Amino acid sequence: MSPLSRREFVAAGVAAGAGLVVGFYLPHGGSSQQASFSPNAYLRITPDNKVTIVVARSEMGQGVRTALPMILAEELEADWKQIEIEQAGASTLYGDQGTGGSASIHSTWDPMRKAGASAREMLISAAALTWGVPRSACTAENSHVKHAASNRSLSYGELVSKAATLPIPTDVTLKQSKDYKIVGQRLPRLDTPAKVKGEAVFGIDFRMPGMKFALLSRCPTIGGKVLGFDDKESKKISGVSYVGKVGDAAVAVVADSVWGAMEGRRVLNVTWDDGPHKDLNTAAVMASLKLAVSKKGASLYSAGDAAKAAGRKISAEYTLPFMAHAPMEPGNCTAHYQGTKCELWAPTQVPQDCRDSVATAVGLDPDQVKVNVTLMGGGFGRRLEHDYAVEAALVSKSINAPVKVIWTREDDMRSSTYRPASLHQLSATVDGSGFPVALTHRIVAPSISGQKGQPTPGGVDPDLPDEAGPVYGLPNYSIESVIAETPVPLGWMRSVYALQAAFALESFIDELAVAAGKDPLQYRLKLLAKDQDLQFFSTTWKTARMRGVLQLAAEKSAWDKALPAGHYRGVACFGCFASYMAEAVEITMEKDEPRVHRVVAVVDCGQVVNPSILEQQIQGGIVYGLANALRAKITVEKGRVVQGNFDDYAPLRMDETPVVEVYAVPSAEAPTGIGEPSVPPIAPALCNAIYAATKKRIRALPILA
Amino acid sequence: MADITLRVNGSDKKVSVSPETPLLWVLRDTLELTGTKFGCGAGLCGACTVHVDGNPIRSCSTPVSQAAGKSVTTIEGLGANGLSLLGQALQQAWIAEEVPQCGYCQTGQIMSAAALLAKTPNPTDEQITQAMNGNLCRCGTYERIRKAIHRAAGRATGNGGAR
Repeated sequence: MSPLSRREFVAAGVAAGAGLVVGFYLPHGGSSQQASFSPNAYLRITPDNKVTIVVARSEMGQGVRTALPMILAEELEADWKQIEIEQAGASTLYGDQGTGGSASIHSTWDPMRKAGASAREMLISAAALTWGVPRSACTAENSHVKHAASNRSLSYGELVSKAATLPIPTDVTLKQSKDYKIVGQRLPRLDTPAKVKGEAVFGIDFRMPGMKFALLSRCPTIGGKVLGFDDKESKKISGVSYVGKVGDAAVAVVADSVWGAMEGRRVLNVTWDDGPHKDLNTAAVMASLKLAVSKKGASLYSAGDAAKAAGRKISAEYTLPFMAHAPMEPGNCTAHYQGTKCELWAPTQVPQDCRDSVATAVGLDPDQVKVNVTLMGGGFGRRLEHDYAVEAALVSKSINAPVKVIWTREDDMRSSTYRPASLHQLSATVDGSGFPVALTHRIVAPSISGQKGQPTPGGVDPDLPDEAGPVYGLPNYSIESVIAETPVPLGWMRSVYALQAAFALESFIDELAVAAGKDPLQYRLKLLAKDQDLQFFSTTWKTARMRGVLQLAAEKSAWDKALPAGHYRGVACFGCFASYMAEAVEITMEKDEPRVHRVVAVVDCGQVVNPSILEQQIQGGIVYGLANALRAKITVEKGRVVQGNFDDYAPLRMDETPVVEVYAVPSAEAPTGIGEPSVPPIAPALCNAIYAATKKRIRALPILA
Repeated sequence: MADITLRVNGSDKKVSVSPETPLLWVLRDTLELTGTKFGCGAGLCGACTVHVDGNPIRSCSTPVSQAAGKSVTTIEGLGANGLSLLGQALQQAWIAEEVPQCGYCQTGQIMSAAALLAKTPNPTDEQITQAMNGNLCRCGTYERIRKAIHRAAGRATGNGGAR
């Protein structure tokens, strides 16, 4: 396990990007050999004028294999049609490669731009030297350098050997957004054709000669262990070649096919020590949150003194359950342990963590472990864990052969890490017009990082600074966090704590608007009327930008126009990962269940790199968030996770999917997160619409519990 | 173990596996056709959808013995085998509408869409929903899937689609 927390690695990634020095530039001369021009680890140009851009984040559907190269290609003035992409494995050249926190574009925006710009400047210099003209008379365009005065042009490929001899500029001028030709364009994703032809190789598709397949029988009880096992029946299954313990809590069945391993596991007889949590159930966890609510909390945000405000008091309590990521591709990893080295083919969001944890597990140095990053069938944070990689390496070591460990859907549902359950106490003091003069939000939830043994500085889970900030600039406003304890394994799930924080806050604001007898959208705009900077850890939230997304949502949803009979709407806004999001939903009620017809989603995430990918991320985040809101609930009984497959943990299907209209506020600000910010507002927006329809306030998710 | 012959994407394939092996694993492990995906193992998500004698089935819960002697079409063969125009129209529509995000479920989605369009060349929204509701997508690409099916229907029938 990396000692860095998720938040720290995001921060470290940004810092490494800003510095752009340590480990970034390859030793000059060593890399820039005659055959190609590679002034930095992100870029290689060959004499055939092919530009290869290295992507050092993981592709799990969010489009980094297209969007990140677009950023570099823009500054390079490259011909986009001649770009090739190379996926980086775990490396020391790119800072932290963890893909999470909606940070891939945010954290590589500067390094990718500088990598492209410095190469561009070197190529221009190479051309100017070749022609004996001032470099100021030369321009770069479409993978060529041109000298307009003499109408001469050289391709980048023709310039590579000369460019490779030049010093790397330390200070380059970056392009202005108004001059962008690639960034901001709706360019097709580069990975689409292979994905529609069945040619894309996901982790589960990787094959190598001599490879075996393994399934693990994991202790079904949280915290339990293997006491013993009887593999007589397993060994009778055709193709089963090995059965053995993996760590303390699992037994692997290895076969020459997935089905053989599945059958071998089915008849394996394991005796479990159920361990200390055999009586655990979710009701007890929720009760423990309730008990923890009166504990002294850590202050996340404090303005004025909420306790001293005078006026009418309103309070409410909200709860959310554990949830599972459930990406479509179940967990898997291929490992080949060979004594002094181990190679992995891992669908992972954290190649470096895989490298380090595998090294520890099999007794190698990290540099003896090579991690190849495959395509992922979804991540949503599940693949920020590295359990699958460690399992594969341990099994490979046991059998001395390459092996792919595959999880079934039930394995993924029951032996996963889960979005923490949480409880939220909100209280407000409102003035004579019903507007809050004071607001307190107390968040009671277990700490994901804390449970993993990572630091929680000042009693604050290190994710909360990205996900639980203030929305409104109230004179007296306090956000507090109480860390509760639970043995239920926790993980970072798309939007992490923002989902919980937004559901509670934006439901409560709606309650205040209702109590004040005011339109909930106008009520929010009034609360955001004044331009304020709200400093929350390292993010400066601007009420003007939140007001901007809300106003655009009002306009695009025609909020001031009456709806057809039986149609109702709700709105919510929230910021996380430095982006601003407002969502307005339109519903009808059918047999006491909401049917969502339309969502207007407005984001302000700074400069948009690729509008089509942005639309994908927002539409997808809303579909994911609707599933979370309507049905997602993981329960534990007698220490075991109850849900097992897509029947009792049911994602959204096409018949429940609304039309989602996506709008981005035009901006030249540096880009911020887009993978997660659309998830949090949808649950409160939907619940607020349900209130408008039924006058019933939903204070506990899921809605269809 | 039994010797079973299948016609896969137009070629006869003889496999030696236990007859209850799900078709999915015969396709993926034995025949190395990995475009067909494992998602749930219980016929709940549709990622493993292939055609057997032209009908869409969930290969994760279909024993290979049930496909013996029959014609199996996977995503790898969709562009051929008499479905070529339809298969290509769908794949092109999927590209034009930029449907895939992670892409894992999309081969199953396209196989379900192909079965729909083969029987219903110009489907309504309602017919699309009905035909596609068994295919899960956690990335939430449903809206673009719907558009791509309409686009492919227009292309395949030359009538411009339903809208």
